[in-house]
Amino acid sequence: MKIAVLSGKGGAGKTFVSVNLSAVAQNAVYVDCDVEEPNGRLYWKPAMEKETPVSVLIPEFDVQRCSGCRKCVDFCRFHALAFVREKPMVFSEVCHSCGGCVMVCPENAVLEKARPVGMVEEGARGGVRVVTGVLNPGEVSAVPVIKAALRTGGESDLTVIDCPPGSGCPVMESVIGADCCLLVAEPTAFGFHNFKMVHRLALLLGKPCGVVINKADAPYAPLEEYCEKQGLPILLRIPYSERLAALGAAGEIASEQDPDLAESFRGLLAAVRKGAVS
Amino acid sequence: MKKLLILSGKGGTGKTTTAAAFIRFADAHAYADCDVDAPNLHLVTAAGGPAECFDYLGSQKAVVDPGKCLGCGSCMEVCRFGAVRKVEGICKIDEFSCEGCGVCEAVCPTGAVSLQDDVAGEVTLYRFPSVFATAELKMGRGNSGKLVSEVKLALTNAARSEHLAIIDGSPGIGCPVIASMSGVDLVLIVAEPSLSGINDLKRILKTAEIFQTKAAVCVNKYDASLESTEQIERFCADHPVPFVGRIPYDRQASLAINAGKSLADVDCPASHALREVFARTMKLLETSAE
Repeated sequence: MKIAVLSGKGGAGKTFVSVNLSAVAQNAVYVDCDVEEPNGRLYWKPAMEKETPVSVLIPEFDVQRCSGCRKCVDFCRFHALAFVREKPMVFSEVCHSCGGCVMVCPENAVLEKARPVGMVEEGARGGVRVVTGVLNPGEVSAVPVIKAALRTGGESDLTVIDCPPGSGCPVMESVIGADCCLLVAEPTAFGFHNFKMVHRLALLLGKPCGVVINKADAPYAPLEEYCEKQGLPILLRIPYSERLAALGAAGEIASEQDPDLAESFRGLLAAVRKGAVS
Repeated sequence: MKKLLILSGKGGTGKTTTAAAFIRFADAHAYADCDVDAPNLHLVTAAGGPAECFDYLGSQKAVVDPGKCLGCGSCMEVCRFGAVRKVEGICKIDEFSCEGCGVCEAVCPTGAVSLQDDVAGEVTLYRFPSVFATAELKMGRGNSGKLVSEVKLALTNAARSEHLAIIDGSPGIGCPVIASMSGVDLVLIVAEPSLSGINDLKRILKTAEIFQTKAAVCVNKYDASLESTEQIERFCADHPVPFVGRIPYDRQASLAINAGKSLADVDCPASHALREVFARTMKLLETSAE
């Protein structure tokens, strides 16, 4: 079973929920798809086993063969190619690796080479396999790294996908193969607004959802009403606690230190496994 | 016009709260929300006058004319994004996977594939009482960086006479963040004093360095971990990046925001500390080269 954990707003507790959920499962694969800011590994501190570079293909020109017809430049919809001073030029940051330039070149002058954009790290802690996608700073597109991390995660009894914030294409890519979604909601005006956005995304993709309310000081009425109206089951409420915040800030896995919290997460996992999502 | 961008790397550290307060402190009449994936600034800034909305066209998307498609699958073979599936003998494009490269259109022997405009979001511009540009990306759409650029363009075009613009950014270090950095005079990074916060701060500073953007750092909820706060200050001193202050955790702050208020309107320790951060940031901004 693959569970995607998402929230829309950053800092709502995606990583906290993903890490603790995998920790109580004991036998699980944790995949960090928040490749721009991968933080799960700071908690797991996994024994590192493998690092695999992630690359994308970008065009490389055989200048001897290039006749200067500019068919590739005209074809490229991403403006990744230009013909400057009678020479083809590649703007690799905006290249989508579609292969169009290779295809349209009548002289077979366009080859492709790999350009590294990130890394997938694999490690383990106890029974949990930890897979982390890491995007290189300065790189624009997280998607190839997310795809590689998910591929590395593979199939298992339980895979927990720690998603990026927002609701754009990196989130989409992280969620698309999941069986269900856990939406982590922060009971604040900001948290609620972004929560509705990711819920719409999950609905669009036809994923059943359950809700975890994190840092639940006092009930935030609009969130409660929305869940009720939408038939969204609230599966867990985690109260704000300075102790939990301090454990988190120090990079500790809270459920390993707090038996009550571990019990709550076991309950959450059992509920999701029983199909309490809708 | 001087442009100040608020970023954080890690999400949820207080970018929007800081941006909203700065807008009031500075009495700024030009601001934008570039967190197009999860916009929130409109919840705490008064957007008065009439809204001008316009569609944002992202990449075009391939569409198959089922009447012309022979189901030969040539398009499926060449698509690098796995966006083509065959349904009942006819090729179908998945709009979420399609990146609009046009390779399928080029290989189709019957001309059944065409590329069509796709509304990938909406930009909203208010001109009164202040110029406020914001946007929302359609679910699961890519190219958020391009939308960020459009928001900034809408802001600059509508507020040419303003001397200061405050821009709320998005978390992370990828496409929308990089797009938001271009052309700004200073990035203020709101850091969180935790292991994750420090890690993310380093990654966003690295990104700012790559794009040669001037940065300053403040720490929000500093009392959550004094040790981490001191670590951040030391890192800034060594780097060197200007450190512009600490803001304490303040329950009144979250209550005020839930009530739709700006922190600038609340008399509390967080608000006072933020005012000092604001003053130091403005000084840095003034001395930054045009």
